[in-house]
Amino acid sequence: MNNLIDQIRPLISSEVFLLTLVMGTFLLGVFIYKKTKITLLQPLLISMLIIIPFLKLTGIDYATFCNQTRILNFMLGPSVVALGYILYAQIEHIRGNVISILTAVFVGSVVGIVSVILIAKLLGADHILMASLAPKSVTTPIAISLSEKNGGIPALTAAFVVICGLFGGLVGPVILRRMGIKSKIAVGLAMGSSAHALGTARAMEIGAVEGAISGLAIGIMGIMTALLIPLVEKLF
Amino acid sequence: MIKGSFYILLFYFLGEMLSLVIHGYIPGSVIGMILLFLCLFFKIIKPENVKDVAIVITKNMAVFFIPACVGLMVFVKLFSTSFVAIIAAISVSTVLTIITVALTQETIEKRRLKKGNNHE
Repeated sequence: MNNLIDQIRPLISSEVFLLTLVMGTFLLGVFIYKKTKITLLQPLLISMLIIIPFLKLTGIDYATFCNQTRILNFMLGPSVVALGYILYAQIEHIRGNVISILTAVFVGSVVGIVSVILIAKLLGADHILMASLAPKSVTTPIAISLSEKNGGIPALTAAFVVICGLFGGLVGPVILRRMGIKSKIAVGLAMGSSAHALGTARAMEIGAVEGAISGLAIGIMGIMTALLIPLVEKLF
Repeated sequence: MIKGSFYILLFYFLGEMLSLVIHGYIPGSVIGMILLFLCLFFKIIKPENVKDVAIVITKNMAVFFIPACVGLMVFVKLFSTSFVAIIAAISVSTVLTIITVALTQETIEKRRLKKGNNHE
């Protein structure tokens, strides 16, 4: 068995194979997610749960995997830039509410960053962990670059972002209902700025306006968090 | 498609350049996003030029996270030793964010509506 793996290793650690594997496992993940409709079974998670054991079994190290699939990692940058268009496309929803929206997301961003860092610090987290946690509420590509820039570990941050999105998407609608929030804008903003794309998916289930506002909140939250993290980091 | 890709990459590059100027205070991709938004808003470039590409790459963004997420295999130990701190920090902070954002928006909105009614 090991001999066989050694023989085919050049093939299974090639760019074309690993990229095919990534796309294939993701497609499988999308299929499973659509069939089961279980929020926890995100395509991304399913893909990871196949690829990680595969790499461990075949002895391909992470550095090799990363290098061979670097084109995907590169695409994180352009996808953040493309969010600028998505933000522009939502602009009609904010007319007359610019100040309240910017204030609400700003407050949420400060509370989110400070609270996550404080709690982690109280529970004994080190600087690396805190820097990886700080951008947890923003969309993954922005979170990854913020984590990198501020001394965190991008892989950890990616995991935290997913955990945060799953949790926020799950509890968000319940909390907002309990609070008796009536404003559609408030619901959309809260979902998008706390739980990024996963929160937006839930907001869309509540209503189209909530969904669109939530999408807008992702972009604003990303910008605010990018501006605030370096400031907050200096305080701790 | 080519035109859209060109604009996205151009704004990404401009963002990286500005990021360098401000010593990486904000990642280049985020600056690129802000610049693209501003150029669309002030009608410096047409939305049709970037629309198709922007929608395609943002819709399928999750695929681009996979390499970074697989990196978790290297940090399993750090993740499991700090598991409680991580989960506590994320969940409490997320709940606080949801509450403060919703309350701020609803309060300002209500106050504005009241003001509007008084003027009538």
